[in-house]
Amino acid sequence: MKGKAERDRLALGRLLLIGVPFAWLGLFFLLPFTIVLKLSLSEPALAQPPYLPIVEWVEEAGELYLAIRLRVQNYLTLVGDGLYLAAFASSLRIAATATVLALLVAFPIALGMARCPPRVRPFLLLAVMLPFWTSFLIRVYAWMGILKDDGLLNALLLTLGLIEEPLVILNTETAVLIGIVYSYLPFMILPIFANLEKHDPSLLEAAVDLGCRPIVAFWRITVPLARPGILAGCFLVFIPAVGEFVIPDLLGGADTLMIGRTLWLEFFTNRDWPLASAVAIAMLLLLVVPIVFFLRLQALGRLR
Amino acid sequence: MTTARPVREARPRIEPWQDPDAVPFVRIQGVTKTFGEVYAVDNVTLDIFKGEFFALLGPSGCGKSTLLRILAGLERPTSGRVLIDGQDMTDVPPWRRPVNMMFQSYALFPHLSVRKNIAFGLEQERLPRAEIAERVAEVVRLVHLEGLEDRKPDQLSGGQKQRVALARALVKRPKVLLLDEPLGALDKKLRDQTQLELVNIQDRLGLTFVIVTHDQEEAMTVGSRMAIMREGQIAQIGTPSEIYEYPASRFVAEFVGEVNLIEARFASVNGTTMRVRAPALGIEIVTDRPVPALPGEPLWVAVRPEKMSIAKTPPAETGYNCVEGEVFDIEYLGDVSVYHVRLDNGLFLRATEANKLRLIERPITWEDRVWLSWGPDASVVLKT
Ligand SMILES: Nc1ncnc2c1ncn2[C@@H]1O[C@H](COP(=O)(O)OP(=O)(O)OP(=O)(O)O)[C@@H](O)[C@H]1O
Ligand SMILES: [Mg+2]
Repeated sequence: MKGKAERDRLALGRLLLIGVPFAWLGLFFLLPFTIVLKLSLSEPALAQPPYLPIVEWVEEAGELYLAIRLRVQNYLTLVGDGLYLAAFASSLRIAATATVLALLVAFPIALGMARCPPRVRPFLLLAVMLPFWTSFLIRVYAWMGILKDDGLLNALLLTLGLIEEPLVILNTETAVLIGIVYSYLPFMILPIFANLEKHDPSLLEAAVDLGCRPIVAFWRITVPLARPGILAGCFLVFIPAVGEFVIPDLLGGADTLMIGRTLWLEFFTNRDWPLASAVAIAMLLLLVVPIVFFLRLQALGRLR
Repeated sequence: MTTARPVREARPRIEPWQDPDAVPFVRIQGVTKTFGEVYAVDNVTLDIFKGEFFALLGPSGCGKSTLLRILAGLERPTSGRVLIDGQDMTDVPPWRRPVNMMFQSYALFPHLSVRKNIAFGLEQERLPRAEIAERVAEVVRLVHLEGLEDRKPDQLSGGQKQRVALARALVKRPKVLLLDEPLGALDKKLRDQTQLELVNIQDRLGLTFVIVTHDQEEAMTVGSRMAIMREGQIAQIGTPSEIYEYPASRFVAEFVGEVNLIEARFASVNGTTMRVRAPALGIEIVTDRPVPALPGEPLWVAVRPEKMSIAKTPPAETGYNCVEGEVFDIEYLGDVSVYHVRLDNGLFLRATEANKLRLIERPITWEDRVWLSWGPDASVVLKT
């Protein structure tokens, strides 16, 4: 039997252990979230800051009231104005396309890295992460130089005689997709590589021994086992890609409709902070709710 | 002790390797495999007959696994040919070979249930579903896995995993089943039991098994014949008793079982009696299996410890080889005791005796003067 004092100490230790990450989450996630949520329910104003408080002391007929005014109109605008819905839909579509493309590019790279001798793997990992040493913004600008009408890509293709007219890529959705796939590729490669690296090579030998051609063995063994890595990579690319602002702004031109850009416009051009906050909250819910639901299904599936 | 131990069913003594007309089922012809500078398998020629349980035995790194993987097609030999059932398999990829392997690590597919693991090989053959289900059920019964079909590999014990691995290979009805140290991860008791089950299954299905092991007891229990490998080469091929009783070299004598090796020089041959001089023992050793040798040629005499008798008085029989010494140490192993006897010139010999009496009642103890003796039929003269 443990003494009561010791048990109390243990309980306190456990509380501290769990408390630290929770405090962290509260400080850096819950607090900003609450601020944005509050903003999204307030009324815009031509003032500094450009919104009215939602909680106010009001004196009416000599009596003091604590008045809470929640402006739901911001959210109604989101649903009512087709622009926002279109921006949401197009963001989801572009992010999903980019995620699939990134997966197609990243999987062979990760597989190749995982099949390399362990000695060279750290160098390959370093090579994958090397772009992070340069500023993200500069890399996107570099893509502008590559993709523009008289840019490097068109120059190359013209010299090779593959095309007669320069291709218009910059300021199209294609450019946005290229930009997202390029920028988020390491986030797809790393989790898939970490997964593939742990695979037991004798599993593939066993499959081949049991009568599978190597390509069938790949589909039936490697891919299903790599599923957690693939899912992690897809989330890591998809979620930030939905809210991406810099890439559509620099590579996508005026026509590309993405929610990140809409949000930016509301904030800085229209100075409608409440509406912009409502966009942010809606985007968060739109992403978090399905993902939590999906992960829950996954966990249930694993238990079974 | 469990009473429900599987009993080895009586099997007719087939010894196709004795029959000059028998055609070998698996033929390994001059196979060499190099990894860079390393000769993992070095010019191995080996014939295995249909229905054999053939054991490859050798120390770690001698090339057993590599040879087995060459049979499975997972490694390509650098040179040489492999024939199975009369067909040249050297250039046939593993997925087209009538051969299946049970891996040392079992290599069960972690994302598939036991049933799916076992059915995997049959699904590749595109058999009708009903037939697959039937054959899976049959093999599940054979290896006693009933009731575990829907579990995933990580929900199984070591012994159960090993059965799934066996079932997965057996269900394909291969012409040759290859087993790479299949029982390495099991405890002694389960291992003994599984060895006998393996032999029973092999008998009943009439398949050809090739097993790799570094456990000589296992090789002798299951093997109809065995090959002892050393540094990529075959040191000796024979039945377990041939190899134990008549090892061809000091390496084999020392690797399979315990042995006393005595340096000697050729003295004389007279009909079936050979005499060699053993300066270290100060006697001439008599043996009834002469080997051709030149006078004075350096030789070794191998005597198994259990073939040496130990007594406190000199033996009465004449014609026995006999040396005198002092008991230096006694190793008590339960069923037997090993007596380490120090001769007067400092040389050590070992003799084992079955412990028919309890320890305290035994007559021989530390520092007793004893005589070790063995008959002419107990020793083997080795040239290398
Ligand atoms: N893929 C490989 N690359 C390089 N060398 C190898 C390779 N596979 C085996 N070897 C070498 O070939 C030799 C034989 O290896 P093998 O695995 O056949 O030994 P083994 O007899 O099965 O040993 P163990 O009992 O330890 O399993 C060893 O020296 C090993 O280092
Ligand atoms: Mg091995």
